Amino acid sequence: MKTPTFFFLALLLVAASTLRAQPDDTIKLKASYFEVNDYVEDNEACLICHGETKFIIEDPNSGRSKHELMYSERSIDRDAFYSSVHNAFSCNDCHSYDYSVFPHSIETRVEEQLLCMDCHGYDETFAQYHFESIEMEFAESIHNMEEFTCWKCHDPHSYKAFMRNAEDLEEAILYDNNMCLNCHANFDRFTLLTEREEIVVVDSHDWLPNQASHFANVRCIECHTEVNDSILIAHKILAKSEAVKNCTECHSRDSRLMHTLYKFESLEQRKGGFVNGIMINNSYVIGANQNVWLNRLSLLVFGMTLLVIGFHTYLRIKKQKKS
Amino acid sequence: MATKKLYLYPIWIRLWHVINALLFLLLILTGISLHYASADSSFIPFEISVGIHNICAIILTINYGVFIIGNVITNNGMYYQKWRKNLWPKLWKQFQFYAFGIFKGEPHPFPITKKQKFNPLQKISYVMVMYLGMPLIIVSGIGLMFPDKISNTIFNISGLLFYDVLHVIVGFVLSLFLVIHIYTCTLGDKPGTLFKSMINGYHEEH
Repeated sequence: MKTPTFFFLALLLVAASTLRAQPDDTIKLKASYFEVNDYVEDNEACLICHGETKFIIEDPNSGRSKHELMYSERSIDRDAFYSSVHNAFSCNDCHSYDYSVFPHSIETRVEEQLLCMDCHGYDETFAQYHFESIEMEFAESIHNMEEFTCWKCHDPHSYKAFMRNAEDLEEAILYDNNMCLNCHANFDRFTLLTEREEIVVVDSHDWLPNQASHFANVRCIECHTEVNDSILIAHKILAKSEAVKNCTECHSRDSRLMHTLYKFESLEQRKGGFVNGIMINNSYVIGANQNVWLNRLSLLVFGMTLLVIGFHTYLRIKKQKKS
Repeated sequence: MATKKLYLYPIWIRLWHVINALLFLLLILTGISLHYASADSSFIPFEISVGIHNICAIILTINYGVFIIGNVITNNGMYYQKWRKNLWPKLWKQFQFYAFGIFKGEPHPFPITKKQKFNPLQKISYVMVMYLGMPLIIVSGIGLMFPDKISNTIFNISGLLFYDVLHVIVGFVLSLFLVIHIYTCTLGDKPGTLFKSMINGYHEEH
């Protein structure tokens, strides 16, 4: 047996003697997990605690035990993990084997975490996603601050490439916006990264007409990022002062939504004569979804009406001159 | 020549009419600006158009309520009734007058009296505008003002799309009506005669 594996199993035995998860009657390990992951049982060494909302801590010397709540930030939903983009991973693919010691040492807890670029960067396999460009965008973003990593928005234990594979756009928008609201509507999390005063999203957007409709139908990043046609989702988050506040950026024929929210489907430009027709599958954007046929027909009818009026007026003037 | 004067337009109708006319103009201008909005050069700035359009729409709705209530509690409602009786022959006769008779100096086929304020073409267009077009544009406009309250899908298409296309089409028809209405109002004895009637309340015939 190789040394690290032996070491890991030895530590696991120590850990197992001091803590255990809250017994539960529900079947935790679903068949679907095994279909996508070869390490389901290995991962249980971690999820036995981190996959639960509570666990029991025991002192083998005194025999005393105590229930503890699992800190929600450290709790991993098995369903979410095994349906995420990282569903095939073993915990130890990213986390140190040292975590098998409980309580986890401080050295382990502050160890350098792997980031997106460590696996996805400069790799032909992921070239189509342009992670390098995303990294460059992030470097120029207002989010580029100490301790702000990819994980702050993209939880690696549950992240889904929702937008890229969106079948239900509304659901994808909600998923994306919740990434922002996770901090911007949770002051405790917000204060982990900044000293700024609390932002009340509803109040700071009180200038926006039909606020609820906007929040449900577009992502925060539509207005709060710089458009970048070379990557799937813009990552250069702008300062508040640079956010889009001009309605016609979206509410016009050349709507920026076609370069952001609808860029994946922008090839389907017109549908039933509607400009930016892809939008009307889910919504209708005043100014952006003019119907070319109706526009032409209205101009034709209006023009003909003016012609008839002009001709009628001419005949009346002619008749008046005669009499 | 003796002038025949008929008091046909009481003060409430004149006030309602002038308010309606101003609102129509503002709603058409801002509506066009919103429909053809552009990031570079909107006719009227988008947010200003939205503000004016919404305020005017609310006043228009209230004003429409005044019209309906006024027609119920006064005898003004009778001018909008029985519009289907002999409709097509009457419409044809009026059309012939506007198309030919007016140039030959023929008398109006349906002279204005206390009981008959509108000719058949006026009557059907006013009935359609006031009892079909106005409710449709008000209801669709309310739907667009409160997009969260409307159904997500109507007839298998987005509810917003349905309301908006309906609003735009009815808005266009009403705009067209306004243009024709203003023109036909120049067809009195003199071009300004009918406009004067709507100011002083008296219909004059020479």
